[in-house]
Amino acid sequence: MAAERDPPPPGDAGQARFGEAEDGEDLFVGAVGALESNPSSPEPASLPAEDISANSNGPKLVDSFLDDDPDDLFAEATEEVSLDSPEREPILSDGPSPAITPIMAPRIDSTLFDQALEEEEDNGDTFDICISVSDPEKVGDGMNAYMAYKVTTKTSLSVFSQNELSVRRRFSDFLGLHSKLASKYMHSGYIVPPAPEKSIVGMTKVKVGKEDSSSTEFVEKRRSALERYLMRTVKHPVMLKDPNVLQFLESSELPRAVSTQALSGAGILRMVNKAADAVNKMTIKMNESDAWFEEKQQQFENLDAQFRKLHASVESLVCHRKELSLNTASFAKSAAMLGNSEDHTALSRALSQLAEMEEKMEQLHMDQAYADFYLFAELLGDYVRLLTAVKGVFDQRMKTWSKWQDAQLMLQRKREAEAKLQYANKPDKLQQAKDEIKEEIVEWEGKVQQGERDFEQISKTIRKELGRFEKERVKDFKSVIIKYLESLVQTQQQLIKYWEAFLPEAKAIA
Amino acid sequence: MPTISQEYKTALRSVSVDLNNDVSLLIDIPDALCERDKVKFTVHTKTTLSVFQKPEFSVPRQHEDFIWLHDTLVETEEYAGLIIPPAPPKPDFESPREKMHKLGEGEATMTKEEYTKMKQELEAEYLAVFKKTVQVHEVFLQRLSSHPVLSKDRNFQIFLEYDQDLSVRRKMPRRCLVVSSRTWLKSADEVLISGVKEVDDFFEQEKTFLLDYSTKIKDSTTKAERMTRAHKNVADDYIHVAAILNSISAEENTALKKHLDKFSDMFEKLRKVEGRVASDQELKLTELLRYYTRDIQAAKDLLYRRARALDKARLKSKDVAQAEDNQRQCMQKFEKLSESGKKELTSFKGRRVVAFRKNLVEMAELEIKHAKNSVSLLQGCIETLKNC
Repeated sequence: MAAERDPPPPGDAGQARFGEAEDGEDLFVGAVGALESNPSSPEPASLPAEDISANSNGPKLVDSFLDDDPDDLFAEATEEVSLDSPEREPILSDGPSPAITPIMAPRIDSTLFDQALEEEEDNGDTFDICISVSDPEKVGDGMNAYMAYKVTTKTSLSVFSQNELSVRRRFSDFLGLHSKLASKYMHSGYIVPPAPEKSIVGMTKVKVGKEDSSSTEFVEKRRSALERYLMRTVKHPVMLKDPNVLQFLESSELPRAVSTQALSGAGILRMVNKAADAVNKMTIKMNESDAWFEEKQQQFENLDAQFRKLHASVESLVCHRKELSLNTASFAKSAAMLGNSEDHTALSRALSQLAEMEEKMEQLHMDQAYADFYLFAELLGDYVRLLTAVKGVFDQRMKTWSKWQDAQLMLQRKREAEAKLQYANKPDKLQQAKDEIKEEIVEWEGKVQQGERDFEQISKTIRKELGRFEKERVKDFKSVIIKYLESLVQTQQQLIKYWEAFLPEAKAIA
Repeated sequence: MPTISQEYKTALRSVSVDLNNDVSLLIDIPDALCERDKVKFTVHTKTTLSVFQKPEFSVPRQHEDFIWLHDTLVETEEYAGLIIPPAPPKPDFESPREKMHKLGEGEATMTKEEYTKMKQELEAEYLAVFKKTVQVHEVFLQRLSSHPVLSKDRNFQIFLEYDQDLSVRRKMPRRCLVVSSRTWLKSADEVLISGVKEVDDFFEQEKTFLLDYSTKIKDSTTKAERMTRAHKNVADDYIHVAAILNSISAEENTALKKHLDKFSDMFEKLRKVEGRVASDQELKLTELLRYYTRDIQAAKDLLYRRARALDKARLKSKDVAQAEDNQRQCMQKFEKLSESGKKELTSFKGRRVVAFRKNLVEMAELEIKHAKNSVSLLQGCIETLKNC
């Protein structure tokens, strides 16, 4: 593999990549180039970045609607170049071979990518970025009001302009970010972290100005979800380098993402495409030649079903614990009244003490319910959504395969048409037709090769993504399980304190 | 159907204290059988009293027989000045039966293990209801046997001894009348008791106290029931979580497997502890409150009877001379009633305070024990996982 220039100094991975990005084109390409240059991959690492960029658009129709931002131009440009660039010729004729195209900016040395992976493995000593979402503030009045959140990024990564950044963002900004990342990366098989869900009911309460505990709970739930979403996004080595992400975290002003509204033109188109995808999924019957994928797909289907069940059970637990807290509060009040009514002095005092203790228990149970929710239930909720994204990449792979197959079919038809022409007897038009068909055949041969490369690339990407996903999953769950058990310990220890304080009071009844 | 072992019974005998100590008349319910809706109690008596034909004997009795006995005692005018121990409530298996039905319907949605565990839990609940009803019937008889006056009651003796079906002796129609007239009288009593001018400071105080306390304790009982039920629900949720974690772990092939195993195991262990916490709370707190709600009602009934007697005594005074004798009699009855009533209410307070103390102390001790157990289980698990 020939690199166009020497790899930048290893320690400065971020800098190097960012430095190349004089325009959006290069940055994107560079990032992907780094991803694919994994020396351990058995396939000839010949897939030039252009192949990825060609696919970045996916079905052209969709993109032109979804990418209603400057990236649009970039997307179109790359496709054009990759198809028509004269450099494609040598690729086609030599078969799989390392090819450098003008788009492909200086190839990032594979060692840099591995380093990024290692940095992650070192439990993030050098992967140093911490994002917090805080200070929800209501902006505006009535139905046009919205919540603005403060997004603070603390990092030592040099891809950022400062070590500490702070911006204000609203919920639709997050959705806009996700939408851009999804349209850019999903076709290539990347597992794009899903954004938190919309909630019309929850938001309406906030807009209307209902200042009760349910709306504060809703805002807190959302704040926490947004924070987790951003952390997951930046943990992804490819997403972290995306200009949209950087812009999101850094720019003080962000263009309003209107296409995220459910009833916008883009929203409706999204729904239409989702339906189309669902139909396609049923009609495409893929010949799975790779047992690994078949196995993995099944495994993730099972995991998805199980996680949904577990999520439901834990939500039930949260609900019952909240109920326990409320019933305890109710009992505490009743016991206090009983203590007041009791005419035996010592018993009266003990009952009052019991009531006070039960009041403390109420708070304890509520705290545990929050732990049940924020530690356990929300993690499961996140993973249920993530698994949907995982299932999505398998679907993308199927679509890519299907495109490849379609190209092969088309090529065959063209060849048949050519053969027919040989035996046609219209000599005047024959040469023109023959030339035309020859051109078309060349075109479709190119598409078939492209299709095969795309398929191989997406398969490779998915393997890597799944590996990463599993690693993250193991890490996340190991950490949460321990944190959750510790929360239970804390509750029980507090329980002991309360009962031990009460015991002498009970014994004092004489 | 299960029978009750002695150790369970001693553990359960919590709401009333120091009963069944008098060797001259020892009563217990060593056995009970549950058939469909009916529970058959075996009432066992050991006595040194000559009034009985044998020194030791057992008879089968149904719940209705206990009610008959209670009502008979209530109607006995001689006992108007006594607190008649409250009748045991009807055995109520409705809750576990309904839950068992729901479980059967939901069987398809859970794993075999989950179903088995839920079923075990329900069977335990069923057993707990059963044990409680036996205990409550037993305590009723023991309250009678330890009462200096009531223990000598002829009907009580018949109840203990008569070796044939009591329902023959029970005059059914009368009982129905008694029940309905009692409810009618109750509301009239409320009016009467609040209206009647009290002559005695002691009774004035008792009246104020009992009226207020009975409302409060009834409310506390309901709230305690809801609290224990919520606790049980949490324990049940632990079962489901443990089961699903187990299934996930079975198919897990990453480093997470061991963690999921231990986590699932922890939930399984914790649910047992939580279940015990809930049932201990039920027994020590809820059952205590329930019992004394009934007992307070029995004390209130005494006050009603006294109020009626006073009213009767005063009423008669409106009639002229020939009723003088009558009036004197009524007054005498009233005074006798008041005297014994005073004694009864005083000892009742003592009993109540002792029972509350015993149960609250025991509940606190059990809660501490369970929480310490949970802590050690959890910390052990965390240690193992951190070294994993």
